[in-house]
Amino acid sequence: MSITGKEIIRVEGLNKTFKTSQGKIVALDDINLSINEGEIFGIIGLSGAGKSTLVRCINLLEKPTEGKVIFDGQNLTDLKSKELLKARQSIGMIFQNFNLLEQRTAIKNICYPMEIAGFSKKDTLKRAEELLELVGLSDRAKSYPSQLSGGQKQRVAIARALATNPKVLLCDEATSALDPNTTQSILSLLKEINRTLKVTVIIITHEMSVIEKVCNRVAVIDNSKIVEIGDVKKIFTNPESEIAKQLILPKWESRVKLVSDRSLRLIFDGNSSFEPIISNMALKFGVSVNILFADTRNIDGKAFGQMLIQLPEDENAVSRIKAYLDSRNIAYKEESLDV
Amino acid sequence: MFDEQIRQLLLTGVWETLKMTVISTLLAYIFGLPIGILLNLTDKNGIKPCLVVNKILGFIVNLLRSVPFLILLVTILPFTRAIVGTTIGSTATIVPLVVAAAPFVGRMVESSLQEVDSGVIEAAQSMGTPVFKIIYKVLLPEAKPSLLVGSAITITTILGYSAMAGFVGGGGLGAIAINYGYYRYQTDIMLVTVILLVIIVQVFQETGMRIAKLSDKRQK
Ligand SMILES: Nc1ncnc2c1ncn2[C@@H]1O[C@H](COP(=O)(O)OP(=O)(O)OP(=O)(O)O)[C@@H](O)[C@H]1O
Ligand SMILES: [Mg+2]
Repeated sequence: MSITGKEIIRVEGLNKTFKTSQGKIVALDDINLSINEGEIFGIIGLSGAGKSTLVRCINLLEKPTEGKVIFDGQNLTDLKSKELLKARQSIGMIFQNFNLLEQRTAIKNICYPMEIAGFSKKDTLKRAEELLELVGLSDRAKSYPSQLSGGQKQRVAIARALATNPKVLLCDEATSALDPNTTQSILSLLKEINRTLKVTVIIITHEMSVIEKVCNRVAVIDNSKIVEIGDVKKIFTNPESEIAKQLILPKWESRVKLVSDRSLRLIFDGNSSFEPIISNMALKFGVSVNILFADTRNIDGKAFGQMLIQLPEDENAVSRIKAYLDSRNIAYKEESLDV
Repeated sequence: MFDEQIRQLLLTGVWETLKMTVISTLLAYIFGLPIGILLNLTDKNGIKPCLVVNKILGFIVNLLRSVPFLILLVTILPFTRAIVGTTIGSTATIVPLVVAAAPFVGRMVESSLQEVDSGVIEAAQSMGTPVFKIIYKVLLPEAKPSLLVGSAITITTILGYSAMAGFVGGGGLGAIAINYGYYRYQTDIMLVTVILLVIIVQVFQETGMRIAKLSDKRQK
């Protein structure tokens, strides 16, 4: 990854209201975003939150009601329609349902954007072959979409989106129609593209696991608004918004409600090594702690994630536990949990 | 079965019918295809929504389609004469056939284009495709199988109309059936013309459907 720190997309005060027969629907409410060149940026939220509307506003498939979308220094909302069409050639997009031309072969699908952009026939074919190679489908050039699996279709779609050398690739739920293994392979491909071709990738999803696997930063969108934005690591270890907590810790609420005692939330942010701290506590102080919730993982020998433990009655034991945690470099936060 | 003269007559009838049908279908598409495309584009879910154009065009199409063919044929006789210089014979029949079929083709084309997945159109737009190229690079090729089915239906419908035109001086097999079978009670000739019409319809329909199926890359 090569995040240059240079801004590639800025969204300012973006509003989108749909007028329907049932009245106005506010799909986006004062969205402000800045996305850097070379990063993989995630946008997560529940269904109906406004994610698709937001990406569609970024390439102006949807005209914002208010606000600006600045791509690579130019304000897209100001462009004439011809200039906008040209700008779109620098913004690739892939979709949940792949949206390939059904009556064209895989290779002809990849040729399509180059035909539109006015590449010569020879260049078009050559580049299409290279792209097929890049997505690992050289042997399926002559296949029609109906003859390909979902994962293969998405690979063709990715190749097609990259054909005109875009600076940004927008992915709207690109893996939501795929099984976990295929999802993994598509995510790896996106990561590789980001690394080798220096394409900024924007990933829309409702699955935290997708964000966790590939994104550098994430914006959490709820009810038409961005409620939280920041490094993926930070939001994973310390989600602030209700919705982020819900997405990261799906069963948090229900588990917590079972107990009423004081409890301690341990936060593993990569500063401590991955070690069995709970059994160490038990061995060292003879206190046994009750784990209410745990979602930790070992990344390069460092611990990431969260754990919620129930504290013992004994104040002394509590302070010893805290001292131990301090010594292990583990952050914690005491929480009183109301039933 | 028939003497040389009748056989010659039937042969000419088949030829005239085919000529009328094929030429009318082609002309009906020349007018109907743009109508269908315009109806599709200007629809509120189309890529260039324009309610005024859509409603006016839709109204004219509906109007022409609701007039029974024979009445339309008679009504536009002056128009027919102005264009081809006569109102009888197979060439004269082409004019009302086209006027009646073009709006029909328009609706057929509109509904075929509507079948194209909106996601595919969106993808094309996201790649910066101008409207004109969306029409001939996305809508028409993607709807091709459906358009071909539509044209098979159109050609057989026009064939039926052309036979009807025989009643009022049109040429072709329809005229033979009327003149010999209806006015002169030569039932055998009428029967043969009807059988010939049935065969032509079957051949058109079958071939059209087969080509449509072969051209469709979605199932295989
Ligand atoms: N063309 C439209 N007309 C009217 N309302 C719309 C339109 N498109 C989206 N909306 C509304 O805007 C809101 C946001 O929709 P959007 O598709 O952006 O959600 P999403 O976050 O992508 O959801 P999902 O995860 O289900 O795809 C919804 O309430 C939706 O009903
Ligand atoms: Mg969506």
